[in-house]
Amino acid sequence: MFHLEIITKWLDEFLRTYLLDGWALFIEFVLIGVAILAAYAVLALILIWLERKVCAFFQCRLGPNRVGPFGLLQSVADMIKILLKELIKINKVDPFLFRTAMFLVIIASICTFGALPFDKGIQAVDFNIGVFYLLAVSSLGVVGILIAGWSSNNKYTLIGAMRSGAQLISYELSCGLALMTIVMLSGSLQLSEIVAQQSYAWNIFRGGIPAIIALIIYLIAGHAETNRGPFDLPEAESELTAGYHTEYSGIQFGFFYLAEYLNMFIIAAIASTLFLGGWMPFHIPGWAGFNAVMDLIPPVIWFFGKTFACIFLALWVRWTMPRLRIDQLLNLEWKILMPLSLINIILMALWIIYV
Amino acid sequence: MDTALINLIIFVALGTVSLVLSVLAVSSKSLLRSATYLLLVLLCTAGFYLFLNYHFLAAVQVSVYAGGVVILFVFAIFLTTKNDEKMVPHERRRYVLGALAMLAGVALTAFILLKREYLYRDNTSMLGDAELSMQTIGQTLMGTEKYQYLLPFEVLSILLLACIIGGLLIAKKK
Repeated sequence: MFHLEIITKWLDEFLRTYLLDGWALFIEFVLIGVAILAAYAVLALILIWLERKVCAFFQCRLGPNRVGPFGLLQSVADMIKILLKELIKINKVDPFLFRTAMFLVIIASICTFGALPFDKGIQAVDFNIGVFYLLAVSSLGVVGILIAGWSSNNKYTLIGAMRSGAQLISYELSCGLALMTIVMLSGSLQLSEIVAQQSYAWNIFRGGIPAIIALIIYLIAGHAETNRGPFDLPEAESELTAGYHTEYSGIQFGFFYLAEYLNMFIIAAIASTLFLGGWMPFHIPGWAGFNAVMDLIPPVIWFFGKTFACIFLALWVRWTMPRLRIDQLLNLEWKILMPLSLINIILMALWIIYV
Repeated sequence: MDTALINLIIFVALGTVSLVLSVLAVSSKSLLRSATYLLLVLLCTAGFYLFLNYHFLAAVQVSVYAGGVVILFVFAIFLTTKNDEKMVPHERRRYVLGALAMLAGVALTAFILLKREYLYRDNTSMLGDAELSMQTIGQTLMGTEKYQYLLPFEVLSILLLACIIGGLLIAKKK
């Protein structure tokens, strides 16, 4: 297998031969930071283009097709435009909170993004508590959304923020419980360890029925966590104009927009890491020739392939289903998903003991 | 730059930020601002835990305090205050008493720290080399042997259950 680890190891040794350990570490930190931010921005551009293309496909249109081949440069042009836009100053807002909110949202998203294992050796931090860290940090974004809605001094934003807060807090439960079933199966919270265990059978095959149920619950709950698709009540255009980020303009709005798209990516990436083997190729025990052929495909491509497959599912749902009402939304979580995931945990325990 | 110096820089930076933010959290005029400063202070505390290599405790700090308690505070503020409401300044006597209590606290902590030589030294445990594995924490939390915590854990969950029932009772009473 061709791991990108070679490049990072070479860079590390190169820096250590010419510099003191402290400075080498410092330069590596800066490089990692720049790389994460760059990957964050580039992925957002790709996702925005993808969303517009897929949406057009579902609505029998062509989508962006003027700027660049297949409209590929459309989102780059949009990015330049949003960077040049004026930041409108709103009267009677709390300026400190108004500006802090978007940073809270995007920092929570970047912190989660940074800990994802893209490949062996392409992971900024490999915490012992990996999965728990992902859940903990991603819950920070809720505070940002609530503060954004309140500090805008507008009733639409406040209602949007309240709805969003209620929704995120509720769906975090089934997200966490679904991930917990996989943690039970692998007996570890460390992401690199979880991926390494899936070298012969991805968790979804290893865990059987409970793992499949957990994946479905996770995809639904995770999709609700991103405030998109049928769960986009916090920014329901027909009722609340644009929800909690109505008053934001220019790149301030851009931050919320980026965080929304990248959260979709993060949910898909966590699903592919925990359930679909992460960067591990598809192996069948005993089929040596087949496994060798699968190993020829670089792990990064496996990772992004699985992740974009999950993202495509999310886009498909978003452009197919009508929006839920608030009571339907809360019923779905508290009366269906949460009991189901609790039962699923017991099912997984039985599966681990008896299968 | 050696590791000790880097650690000292990180510690001083974290400490200064959390001190300033704590003062801001109690002195700010608007309730929601106080809640935001409190959130940042709690995140700094999580930073201290990370710095000491208590990864698990850091994640608990972020998810329980920053992700849970502060959100509850914010919701409570939303439901109880008006948007333009400002805090009334306290009487002078309370400021004096507060300052005295703070000085006493600082003096007590400083006395203990200086007396016991806990201060930053070439001490490996301060540099945080040893990280407790998640398996050990889990088994200690769920074990029934000596120095294991299953009973306290269950007692705490009964407390939470009582809270839920109390909340339901209050919500049901019209």
